[in-house]
Amino acid sequence: MELWVAVIVASLAVYSWKILGSNLPERVLNNPKVSRLASFLTVALMAGLVGVQGFVDNREITLDARLPALLLAVVLAILRVPFILIVLAAAAMAAALRFFW
Amino acid sequence: MAKANSLLVTSVSVGLATGLYGISFGALSVAAGLDVWQTCVLSLLMFSGGSQFAFVGVIAGGGLAAIPAAIASAWMMGVRNGFYAVAMAPILQLRRLQRVVGAQLTIDESTGVALSQEENSKQKFGFWATGISVFVFWNLLTLLGALLGGFMSDPSVWGLDAAAAAAFVALVWPRLNDSPTRVVAILAFVVAIFSSPYVPQGVPVLLAGLVAVAVWAAVLLREQGGER
Repeated sequence: MELWVAVIVASLAVYSWKILGSNLPERVLNNPKVSRLASFLTVALMAGLVGVQGFVDNREITLDARLPALLLAVVLAILRVPFILIVLAAAAMAAALRFFW
Repeated sequence: MAKANSLLVTSVSVGLATGLYGISFGALSVAAGLDVWQTCVLSLLMFSGGSQFAFVGVIAGGGLAAIPAAIASAWMMGVRNGFYAVAMAPILQLRRLQRVVGAQLTIDESTGVALSQEENSKQKFGFWATGISVFVFWNLLTLLGALLGGFMSDPSVWGLDAAAAAAFVALVWPRLNDSPTRVVAILAFVVAIFSSPYVPQGVPVLLAGLVAVAVWAAVLLREQGGER
């Protein structure tokens, strides 16, 4: 039940940006300073999620099969491989390492 | 006519490509502890990939205790849609009620395809065609992914934990094209990891968000200093 409330509230929170943006006068958000903050925020949250999901397990800093999988993901990202292939390759790498060790 | 067709082809293929990654979202969401319905409602109502991955990522780490942090992360991650909406408003010229629908379809892909066109009619067409196509594929393939994810009893055996982190690597990497942005990414990454043992689950990602605000303020101050 709590999770249902969270799903709805978070969805409305994300929608609030979309509907706010479509009703605001253009000059408010088309300020370069504001759009730079938005871009920094997006990058920071994504990089933070890479850190937490790749190197933390149950609040402890952990190095495991995810590390080589993420290094592979970085190499594929540099090579501009499509998103879905990067995700699949990383999963396969981690799964294979766990299976053979 | 040929041109309109090729724009439609672009819109549908962008929808398919994006939809494919809805499979990974569906599977990861179920692995994080949401049920199939909650997963599908997220794709229908939230309909913003970055925010959805952030929401289930924080829940995966912290469970129900991390709900406030999950909501806050999804909300902050969604901020760029507001900027897209501002850019699209003068192009779309929607009436009030139409805006309710148009706003929901305002995401990376629909805005990207629209802004790649020059004529207003094609911009409008690109926005709606891409928005609708992404919406349809994203939701269908989320359901498929959620059903597939339900068959995997231990997600880490399938490398789904690594897949979740790799998804963000793939999303963030193309954005790292100037040095202040790279500084933000590295600091946020380090802060999120090393704060994890000391704060409740979900909070490290919010601290990473604070890094963005701090670097932004520092860059502004330095630029103002340079003007004097």
